[in-house]
Amino acid sequence: VAKFLLRRLVNWVVLIAIATSAAYILAGLTLSPRANYIQRNPPPPERVVDARLDEVNQNDKTPVLERYWTWVKGVVHGDFGKTWDNNSINAEMGRRIGVSLRLLLVASVIGSILGVLAGAWGAVRQYKFSDHAVTVSSFVVLSIPVFVLAIALEIVAVSINNHAGHRIFVYTGETTPGLQGDFWAHLWDRINHLILPSLTLILGEIAFFSRYQRSAMLDVLNADFVRTAQAKGLRRRSALLRHALRTALIPSATLFAYNIALLFVGATFTEKIFGWHGMGEWLVDSINENDINAVAAVSCFTALLVLVAGLLSDVFYAWLDPRIRIN
Amino acid sequence: MSTSESINVTILPGTDPTGGAPIDETRVPSRWGIVFARFRRQKLALLGFVIIILLFLLAFVGPYFAKYDYTQHDFSAFLDPPSSKHWFGTTQTGGDLYALTLRGMQKSLIIGLLVAVISTGTAAIVGSFAGYFGGWTDRILMWWVDLLLVLPSFLITAILSPTFRGKTWLFFVVILAAFLWMVTARIVRGMTISLREREYVLAARFMGVKGYRVILRHVLPNISSLLIIDATINVSAAIISESGLSYFGFGIQPPDVSLGTLIADATTDATTYPWLFYFPAGMLVLIVLCVNLIGDGLRDALDPQSGGSH
Repeated sequence: VAKFLLRRLVNWVVLIAIATSAAYILAGLTLSPRANYIQRNPPPPERVVDARLDEVNQNDKTPVLERYWTWVKGVVHGDFGKTWDNNSINAEMGRRIGVSLRLLLVASVIGSILGVLAGAWGAVRQYKFSDHAVTVSSFVVLSIPVFVLAIALEIVAVSINNHAGHRIFVYTGETTPGLQGDFWAHLWDRINHLILPSLTLILGEIAFFSRYQRSAMLDVLNADFVRTAQAKGLRRRSALLRHALRTALIPSATLFAYNIALLFVGATFTEKIFGWHGMGEWLVDSINENDINAVAAVSCFTALLVLVAGLLSDVFYAWLDPRIRIN
Repeated sequence: MSTSESINVTILPGTDPTGGAPIDETRVPSRWGIVFARFRRQKLALLGFVIIILLFLLAFVGPYFAKYDYTQHDFSAFLDPPSSKHWFGTTQTGGDLYALTLRGMQKSLIIGLLVAVISTGTAAIVGSFAGYFGGWTDRILMWWVDLLLVLPSFLITAILSPTFRGKTWLFFVVILAAFLWMVTARIVRGMTISLREREYVLAARFMGVKGYRVILRHVLPNISSLLIIDATINVSAAIISESGLSYFGFGIQPPDVSLGTLIADATTDATTYPWLFYFPAGMLVLIVLCVNLIGDGLRDALDPQSGGSH
């Protein structure tokens, strides 16, 4: 097992290195932070821009491979370099991961559990009213792209606020800047800011998981072993939960694992629209700001997440399906 | 996939199995005949199918009835609400929202279909070959899957799309498809591994049937319900990611428009000038909803074990 894990680890390091390098070089070839300075009015003298860009190792006059080499030497020592305006990438990344975690953890756990249950329940009651209700509403939600859902929720919140005459929902950023009050006021402020973005995420998750789960559960419900379980005297409830649901979870396990890991960068729209400065938002902002080092850092982080997700999915598989053994 | 794989071919009295004119009443319905008959019974799926045809017609025939082209600007009407002159209203620059929305719908529909076909096909082939042959085939193919999963797809698409400005949007289709098939390929591989040890697959193998034929005739038909549901999900996924990338300005490039760019333009004014948001967003949601309904109807029609067919 140790050898298996070691081989796997080496493979991972190689894949992450390839992905991050590819992103760095691609970004280095197409993006240039010089554009950020040229847009200024008046534009700073070229000498000053060069000095600034050299300082953060993002000068497009240096060959991309030379910049890449300098950058790699930093990364090996755990330093991802500087943003284009000379801040530490490591510090920025740490801060943003925290923000994303605070936004996503609760939403993803609630969303996926509710989704699996809704899907399994719908399958058991196939073609009954409750099944139709779950299916149709998950269809409708899945058919609404996240950015449309988020904007629509904002419109609803605005109209509720207007009708109530004061701000019930606040939805921009993580906290209200300069809020006065005790601990509870601050806590409520944070929770209130969480409501709309979390709702956006949870609705999407429930719809996504219930759809896959219903399909997987239907495949299993007619299987012989479920009938056997009932025939040998198990109550329908435990036959469904212990045998059918467990087996039906196997195809979802892959999705589940990738979903957990990719949430960090998958919530790009939600973070961008509701003004949370997390990893997802950085993905878009780093490209828009032509920040090569930030683009590479986000890529490295995403690559790591995907591989962790692959591992998680294998663990789920082995746990749920006793036929699969490591060989 | 061979369509002649009819189920339960029993020789009924009255037919001559060695040839001759078959008698009509005893004809065994083909698999796709059964699937079609079942699909017709799915009311919501049929509704979705009808609406998507209508949307196709609207998107491709509708522009001929419009008074304005999507590139034209009416400088006498900025931000006008819907009227008899501008059916969907006008934008900040006086563009006719009806023409713009139809143009966006054309893009979404075609991109969705193309991307889904390419990516599900790739996933089915790569996943089943990796799972069936195992060994080095498996290792090499899965390494590609891992690599493509690890590559930051959003970043690469976002960085590359603007460089295609002015060129064909087919590049965009290829990029979208290239990053959509990997998770499905992994699922297909997992299912193929468990199918590989089934008796009928073993029987075919021991009879000397070639690997690719076993995959085409036994493995893929057995996971066809997954593939079809995946293809439909991919149509909507492609449409959603196309419009999402375009929303950030990383997809369809101006002067061309997509539903995503239209919604992005409407974001800041959504509460004051609602038609800017409602028409493109509504059409986008309607398209994706219909595709999803068709997918589910197909799923129920395709699964011979699902209880709803009788």
